[in-house]
Amino acid sequence: MSMDRRQFIKIAGMSALFGLGGKGAFEFLRPGALEASEHGHGVEYVPEEPAEVAKRWGMTIDVQKCGEPGVVEKCIKACHSTHNIPDFGDSKNQVKWLWQDDYEHTFAGNENSYMDDRVKELPFLCLCNHCDEPPCVRVCPTKATFRRPDGVVAMDYHRCIGCRFCMAGCPYGSRSFNWFDPRNALNQKEYNLDFPTRMKGVVEKCNFCVERLAQDKLPACVEAAPEALAFGDLADPDSSVRQILRKRSSMRRKLELGTKPSVFYLV
Amino acid sequence: MIEKALKGEPRYFMWLVFLMGIIGVGVGCWFYQLYKGLGITGMGRDISWGVYIAQFTYLVGVAASAVMIVIPLYLHDYKKYGKVVVFGEFLAIAAVTMCMLFIVVDVGQPQRMLNVLLHPTPNSILFYDMIVLCGYLIINIIVGYNCLLADARKLPHPGWVKPFIYLSIPWAVSIHTVTAFLYAGLPGRHLWLTAVMAPRFLASAFASGPALLVLVLLIISRVSKFDPGRDALQTIAKTICYAMIINLFLVGMEIFTAFYSNIPGHMHPLQYLFVGLHGHGKIVAWMWTAAPFAFIGVLLLLIPSARRHHGILAFACASIFLACWIDKGVALVIGGFIPNPFHRIIEYSATFPEIAITLAIWGIGALILTVLHKVAITVREEEAAT
Repeated sequence: MSMDRRQFIKIAGMSALFGLGGKGAFEFLRPGALEASEHGHGVEYVPEEPAEVAKRWGMTIDVQKCGEPGVVEKCIKACHSTHNIPDFGDSKNQVKWLWQDDYEHTFAGNENSYMDDRVKELPFLCLCNHCDEPPCVRVCPTKATFRRPDGVVAMDYHRCIGCRFCMAGCPYGSRSFNWFDPRNALNQKEYNLDFPTRMKGVVEKCNFCVERLAQDKLPACVEAAPEALAFGDLADPDSSVRQILRKRSSMRRKLELGTKPSVFYLV
Repeated sequence: MIEKALKGEPRYFMWLVFLMGIIGVGVGCWFYQLYKGLGITGMGRDISWGVYIAQFTYLVGVAASAVMIVIPLYLHDYKKYGKVVVFGEFLAIAAVTMCMLFIVVDVGQPQRMLNVLLHPTPNSILFYDMIVLCGYLIINIIVGYNCLLADARKLPHPGWVKPFIYLSIPWAVSIHTVTAFLYAGLPGRHLWLTAVMAPRFLASAFASGPALLVLVLLIISRVSKFDPGRDALQTIAKTICYAMIINLFLVGMEIFTAFYSNIPGHMHPLQYLFVGLHGHGKIVAWMWTAAPFAFIGVLLLLIPSARRHHGILAFACASIFLACWIDKGVALVIGGFIPNPFHRIIEYSATFPEIAITLAIWGIGALILTVLHKVAITVREEEAAT
């Protein structure tokens, strides 16, 4: 746990306060409505133990391990089935959260003609870099995309107006717009009822599995391939990612732009 | 006063009906776009802004250019602009309206657009853009309408309008500066990441907007009894000429910086636009259409004897209008997205519904301009008759 007691009490206290206030307000405005909806759907609120809170979540990707057969595929599959990612079947309208590319394109601008051929052909997993200084957050006119205190760059799909300024601002091509209705392009067999689908006309991207972090679970891709991916608090010197970064040399994409990515490639 | 737009010759009404036809087709296509999604356009994950945002950018410039008539008249007391200034202001109203409509058709969830005001975000340039555009529209409506109303009643212009006129001058500069900042502040888009973006936007705006105004005034002088005045047209022509020279100079700066520094990221978009990159060159023909028109336009406006001939003046203004439109309304936005962040080249071409919607918005602009100018012409004709 990277949280001290004081922090824990603060968060727990605030949550309790808001929880009570929320329910109280609901009771006052629409008496019985909350109970009705709860019983109607058979859902009961169970207070949860607060999950681990980081100062800045980060990820390491071992590119050599990704080169082993099946690793990249299972990461992508885990992500796509967790987040109901639509498949429109063409590159123009494609929605991408986690995908693979080669070194030359992932690290465009840092091409090295004399590089080891083996590295050249290794698959590089691409996702949102959850930058410390995210240009997409800076340009968004509605705060529909925002940086959480734990470093995750998140999206509010209900507030997004679909102006796509964030897509122009992101130097990593990590943002996708729903050019058509994504609900018509879902894989019906692997539909995850626990994660919302999106509507046409809004932007989406990798969310570092915030919904899983809230339940103290690792991101789906990390869980699928723990041998290649690691996830932890970059601010904590003892975290798994920091230990790995101490031992291995790493690269990040387009550092010269000052975005400070949280995704590290181990080579 | 606005009732003056209801009386006119048959050709006036035929023109309006023609415009409404174009608008009708586009509105139909827009409903289709709302229903299906923006995927029916040529835009995609790599070229995520296309012809809509490009038209928006170009028309902000046209709107801002009214200031080129306002400054000489109100700051330097150049009285020959007294009769034409309202035509410039009405052109600004039509252009700003078109800008707003291009944003509406471009966003994925237009019904949520007020979120920009509900959740004001001072770090987003788009937030400022919305404010300055709305403000500029209101200022021009106040100034244009009240000055013309006073003219119609043969009264001096009301004194309280003066502050709005002075305010409109920096405001006009602001709308296009803010629009340039939409692009110039984005990391990783090399064509846009340039400090001369705002100056270049202003220069090309002060060339293309007045060029459109001269064309409109030349048409008006043919179809009505209103004479904008030879001197007024000649002075506007000089403004266009100098602004266009500055614009071309700044384009030259961009090309020098990119190619002398030899930095690939800076050269690639310009190479794509002018000569093609890795076998992709959909914009090349556009650029080599724009370039000769730009230089011919400047040359014709530089030569006094050519400029004084109304036919040649019209051709020169049309050339500059077209050259600037290709530069800003086609190349600038698309060039910024090429190559993409992965250094791949994905090209863009507009689809039929996209073009129909674009034409419809130009049609709405033309409709607003026609109606407003009709009112202004009638007032000027009545003035001349008495």
